[in-house]
Parts: sequence; structure tokens; C-alpha cells
Amino acid sequence: MAQAFKFELVSPERLLVSEEVDHVVIPGTEGEMTVMANHAPIMTNIKPGVITVAREGKEDRYVVFGGFADILPEGCTLLAESAVHVDDIDREDLARRIQEAREDLEDAKDDEARTKAEEFLDQLTTLEGAILPA
Amino acid sequence: MPSLKDLRNRIASVKATQKITKAMQMVAAAKLRRAQEAAEAARPYAERMGTVLANVTSTVSGTDAPPLMAGTGKDDTHLLVVATAERGLCGGFNSQIAKLAREHARELIANGKQVKILTVGKKGFDILRRDFSDLIIDRVELREVKQIGFANADAIAKKVIGLFDEGQFDVCTLFYSEFKSVISQVPTAQQIIPAAVSEAEEEAEDVAGGAAYDYEPEAAAILADLIPRNIAVQVFRALLENAAGEMGAKMTAMDNATRNAGEMIDKLSITYNRQRQAQITKELIEIISGAEAL
Repeated sequence: MAQAFKFELVSPERLLVSEEVDHVVIPGTEGEMTVMANHAPIMTNIKPGVITVAREGKEDRYVVFGGFADILPEGCTLLAESAVHVDDIDREDLARRIQEAREDLEDAKDDEARTKAEEFLDQLTTLEGAILPA
Repeated sequence: MPSLKDLRNRIASVKATQKITKAMQMVAAAKLRRAQEAAEAARPYAERMGTVLANVTSTVSGTDAPPLMAGTGKDDTHLLVVATAERGLCGGFNSQIAKLAREHARELIANGKQVKILTVGKKGFDILRRDFSDLIIDRVELREVKQIGFANADAIAKKVIGLFDEGQFDVCTLFYSEFKSVISQVPTAQQIIPAAVSEAEEEAEDVAGGAAYDYEPEAAAILADLIPRNIAVQVFRALLENAAGEMGAKMTAMDNATRNAGEMIDKLSITYNRQRQAQITKELIEIISGAEAL
């Protein structure tokens, strides 16, 4: 049994999760990472994706659209731009975001913006693929 | 002297107005509660954002700081983002914010700076248009928005950052009304670009306790991502404070209006009763003096 630690998931609109958990899987921009108790202090950006919160053998999944994680040995705070429980995900909302990302890609003026938009679109479509069959 | 019938009509119409203001007061009270809840729900995010931001800024040295934080090094063009309510009938709420923004703009112009204005909310646009119609570069209306979401704030922040990237302004100040209590809203000016983080920085040093953070990707990249988000958070907070303040101001204004209507009804009723009594007396005198004449 893993040691429990404090995990908080906050979106600008509200505090979604604030409880003791066993481990959390976070989609960092540099790759997925699992955070457990006594993790070294690290700060990372988050790409759109699914975070998995595990506690006492139960797993909860949340969809986040980008954000930020602040990890300390005693706890982990995740600031998400927008976060919803995977059961409550609004398919239309996701489709709209993808559509917007496509438009952004078309509007991109320079290479840097285009790469960024492409990356974002790719992340969103991956996310859609990950949750749709669920 | 108005006739009895006029007085009756007058009383009826004031009563109808009182009913409306009373209803508006109750609606404002219910909305105020919702707005306050929303503002409270948003607080944890803003607080944590502040500490995280301070943590990162303390590690990034001055030269690496992105322009959104360090500024352009100039101070020539100012963008004033004026956030007001969409609707009136809330006392001096909108005009106070507009007044603060106007004074600020006049001062800047007097000092030879260029001023650009972005209004959020219809009322601010209506008021500022009279004085600065040629300075208003854009406006955002949130009339259709029932509950202000982060997406609304994010859209405004993106617009502001887009203008900044194009080099349209050097300094951006946000005007909104801080929600102190139901009866007190204080118009506030807050500089959002270049970001002022010095205050939060001191706090953060205690919080972090000198923990050596790893950054993934490096701190500067995180900061570049964090600052625009922080601007959106500040705009969001301003919008929520405004929403709560508007409802507070409206509640107070409508409470006053209801009370005034009550006083007016009392006065009119006294006049009405006196006049009715005077008429009865007059008729009696006529009858009696008629009978005596016989």
C-alpha cells in the first residue's frame, strides 16, 4: 500500500479535488509522469489529457485542458485551465475546441505559431481518441 | 390642487413601481449570493497561481523574463481595460469605475502619454464614449453571458496579449470594482502588464522554504506559459468581483428606491385623506347652511 499524500485539482472556476490519494498520473508536456508521496519538488506544464487519481484501489479520471502542476514532497497541486470528471465530459465542447484549434492552425502566421497550433491540435485529437471509447 | 381621482391614480402608479423595485431587489439578492459563491470558488486557484508564479519568478533572473513581465522598457502608450456592468439601475456602480478610469486617462494624456481604451461591459462603453470616443479601440460585451466563466476572461486576456505582442501598448491597467461588502464597492486600478509580482514574491519564499525545484521544461518556458494564464486569472477575478459588486450595488439602490416609494405613498395617502375629509366637510357645510336658510 503506497503512502498517501495530499492532492489538489483546481480549475479557475472551482476546487475539484482536495484529498489524500495514493498516486496521480499527470500528462506533462515532457511526457506522462506518476506522482507518489515524497516526490522531489518539481514544476511542470501539462498538456491536454487525462489525469488519473488513485486512492484506496479506486481510480478517478479527469480531463484537463492544459495547465500546470506544482509537486512538493508533501503534496501536489494541479492548476488546470479547465477540468472535468471524465464522466461529465461534454463531447460537443471537445469537438468545438478541436474545431477552434483547427482554425487557429489555419490562421497561424509564422512557423512558430503553426508548430504550436499543430501541437495543440494533436494533443486534443489524442485526448479525444483516449476518452471517446471509454 | 390635484383632484381626488388624480391622487388615486398617482398612488396606484407609485405602488406599482414599488412592487417592481422590490422584485428587482430580491432578484439582485439571489444573484448576489450566486456571484459571491462563484468569486469564492475562484479564490483557491488565484491564490495558488500567485504562489507558483512567485516561486518561478524568484528563480528566473531579470534578463530572461518574458516581455509580458518585464515590460517593453517604454512607458509611452497605455491601455486601459475598463470593466463595468452590462446593465444600469445599480446606483453609482458603473459611473464610479468610469470616473476613476477617466481621471486616470486625463492624467496620462496631460503627461503626454498615448491612451487606448478597451471597455468590457456596455455601460462603461456608453459612459466613456462621450469623452474618449476616438480612444476606444475595442469593446467586449458580455450581455449574453449568464454566468461568467473562465473562458470569457481568457478571451479578453488573449485579446490584450495579442495587442501587446503587436506592440500596440506598453502598459496595461485594469479597472474594476473591488467587492468589499454588499454596501461598499471600491473602484480599483490594477496594473496587469508588466505584471507586478513583487508582493507575492516575498510570501512565496516562506512557502517554498527554499525547496530546490526541478522544472520541466525549464523555468523560463514555464514562466512564458504561466504569465498569460495569470493575466487571464486576474481578468477573471476582476469580472467576478464586478459581478458581485454590481448585484450588491443594485440591491442597495433598489432597497432605497423601495423605501422612497413607500415614503411617497405615505405622503400621497395623507394628502388624499385630507382632501377627501375636506370635501366631506365642505358638502356637510353646504347641506347644513342650506337647511338653516329654510
